[in-house]
Amino acid sequence: MPTWKVMKGNEAAAWAAKLAKPKVVAAFPITPSTLVPEKISEFVANGEMDAEFIKVESEHSAISACVGASAAGVRVFTATASQGLALMHEILFIAAGMRLPIVMAIGNRALSAPINIWNDWQDTISERDTGWLQFYAENNQEALDLILIAFKVAEDERVLLPAMTGFDAFILTHTVEPVEIPDQEVVDEFLGEYVPKHAYLDPKRPITQGALGFPAHYMEARYTVWEAMENAREVIKEAFEEFEKKFGRKYQMVEEYKTEDAEIILVTMGSLAGTVKEFVDKKREEGLKIGAAKITVYRPFPIEEIKALAKKTKVLAILEKDISFGLGGAVFGDVGRTLINESEKPIVLDFILGLGGRDVTFANLEEVIEISEKAMKEGVEEDVFWIGLRKEIL
Amino acid sequence: MEIPESVKKRVSIPFEEHFYAGHTACQGCGAALGLRYVLKAYGKKTIFSIPACCSTIIAGPWPYSAFGAPLFHTAFETTGAVIGGIEAALKAKGYKVKGEDGIMVVGWAGDGGTADIGLQALSGFLERGHDAVYIMYDNEAYMNTGIQRSSSTPYGAWTTNTPGGKKHFLEKRHKKSVIDIVIAHDIPYAATASIAYPEDFIRKLKKAQKIKGPSFIQLYASCPTGWRSPTDKSIELARLAVQTAYFPLYEYENGKYKINMPSTKKEPKPLIEFLKLQGRFKYMTKEDIEILQEWVLKRWELLKKKAEIFG
Repeated sequence: MPTWKVMKGNEAAAWAAKLAKPKVVAAFPITPSTLVPEKISEFVANGEMDAEFIKVESEHSAISACVGASAAGVRVFTATASQGLALMHEILFIAAGMRLPIVMAIGNRALSAPINIWNDWQDTISERDTGWLQFYAENNQEALDLILIAFKVAEDERVLLPAMTGFDAFILTHTVEPVEIPDQEVVDEFLGEYVPKHAYLDPKRPITQGALGFPAHYMEARYTVWEAMENAREVIKEAFEEFEKKFGRKYQMVEEYKTEDAEIILVTMGSLAGTVKEFVDKKREEGLKIGAAKITVYRPFPIEEIKALAKKTKVLAILEKDISFGLGGAVFGDVGRTLINESEKPIVLDFILGLGGRDVTFANLEEVIEISEKAMKEGVEEDVFWIGLRKEIL
Repeated sequence: MEIPESVKKRVSIPFEEHFYAGHTACQGCGAALGLRYVLKAYGKKTIFSIPACCSTIIAGPWPYSAFGAPLFHTAFETTGAVIGGIEAALKAKGYKVKGEDGIMVVGWAGDGGTADIGLQALSGFLERGHDAVYIMYDNEAYMNTGIQRSSSTPYGAWTTNTPGGKKHFLEKRHKKSVIDIVIAHDIPYAATASIAYPEDFIRKLKKAQKIKGPSFIQLYASCPTGWRSPTDKSIELARLAVQTAYFPLYEYENGKYKINMPSTKKEPKPLIEFLKLQGRFKYMTKEDIEILQEWVLKRWELLKKKAEIFG
């Protein structure tokens, strides 16, 4: 029987790691993710987890050690956030290019400067082009589930790409919620053992991994990563279905909420989806036709799902905790790319909010609705809005 | 040609080759020789990790490989971390690592990848006590990128970013002693070695194999391209580096120092014999040469003292 436990998001991630039975964990402390490796250390120290835990001297070495271990053919897990993830940046490409299905938990946190330990998504968003699968969790249960699912998808032979699962700093990492811990036997059945056919350093099979690729070969190697990411769409859906059958919780690339007759759909990710759904309920009671959509899988980007969503509404209001300076939010850019060749498309507006742990309040969301309604009536003059800015200190 | 058993018995260097013809090293490359000896010493039961450096090229581009053992290429600064990860994974899989019949995990990085950008990962590797061997092939500059100075470049050397010129802008800092930094980690075994003394190098590799925990070997490896020296002088230069005590061969084993070469009983050869064969030193003034000679003898005295006190 699955058991229930009240735990922080970080503990949920550590529990997911414990259930997935990685053979090597290499991690370095960083707020707000520190508790993940800390908890894993406890599991290892108590003999509840049989893993080699490498206490590295930086995140760069954490991911490098993970790359080495994964190349030697074992299941590997790590956790980090923010500056730590940014420090890993160059090795993230190597992990993906070498097709090493490392899974990493991220307590989504803002990047310096100024120094800020609180939540936004700039860390993972900035790694969107590295070739890693990206999942975003709404709550602690999703953090646990989406780490297990990440292993399942990453290790699938049609994919073989690394994966990161993000959950919001403090809002989830340090907040306790009841979480259902699945049965070990069912998780074992779900994940199986990782036995790679493509990458395992073994003197019995002397191969070279990661060799120099000349212009005559490099592009094809990159194309296989593109292909793997495309294959992941189907594999993720299969994994979601199997997960639902085994554990009873349903996941979708994009989870829609009261979208059927919605004139405005608020599109977001992570824990903000909880706030937004509650806001939709409130506005629905007031007679406003709005809905919400949560992007659970950000890479591969849910292109078909967003196209279908766009057909249902007049305005897609993207709410995001990240910014690509000189363009707008990253999700906004991705949704724009998705809809560019559609013959009919809704207005798409971008709302940058909640950066560096700034609370996103109902008042902020009211402003989003006001701007969206105005655009519906009067047309679009601007399309990127910073919500909740304290203009008095600017 | 079949080598008679009687000859084989007298040579301590294994006859088997696991580093094959067709590699792409420059003529007279010390690193290529070094790789050949490492593979001879450890055989096929070896896993190599090499960062982005000359050896990335030497090993061969995809789909070629000159290696008879598994080889893993990674980023410049990661050697220490990657071999730590490989070792941990092999152990988790239940393999025996290191020791006479275990799998040898070997990190092979240049002086830039070790003394500079990879120093942190090296320190982490040593401090955590992984069962692996780290070999720094020291050719005293960033040769792969086109001969730029590293912290292992000696005083007075020409490199492309210490080019001499009217303002006499040659390398102004003395060579960093990486092995002293390594020894400060209190690891069981560290040694210097040279491609000019292969039997000594093989013996040290074998010793590093047997000892539990991390081992470190700093291998002096000539680079005719970067040193502006004739390709047929690579061995001679590496030998002169030892004979002048510029790069003495010694071992640090469980807290004890042992000098192998040159002899401590007589004066080392004058440094000029080592310098004069290399284009990289030709811009040095008389004063520059004196400064470097003095530094070499000071370091040599210090090493002799260490061997005397902790011998």
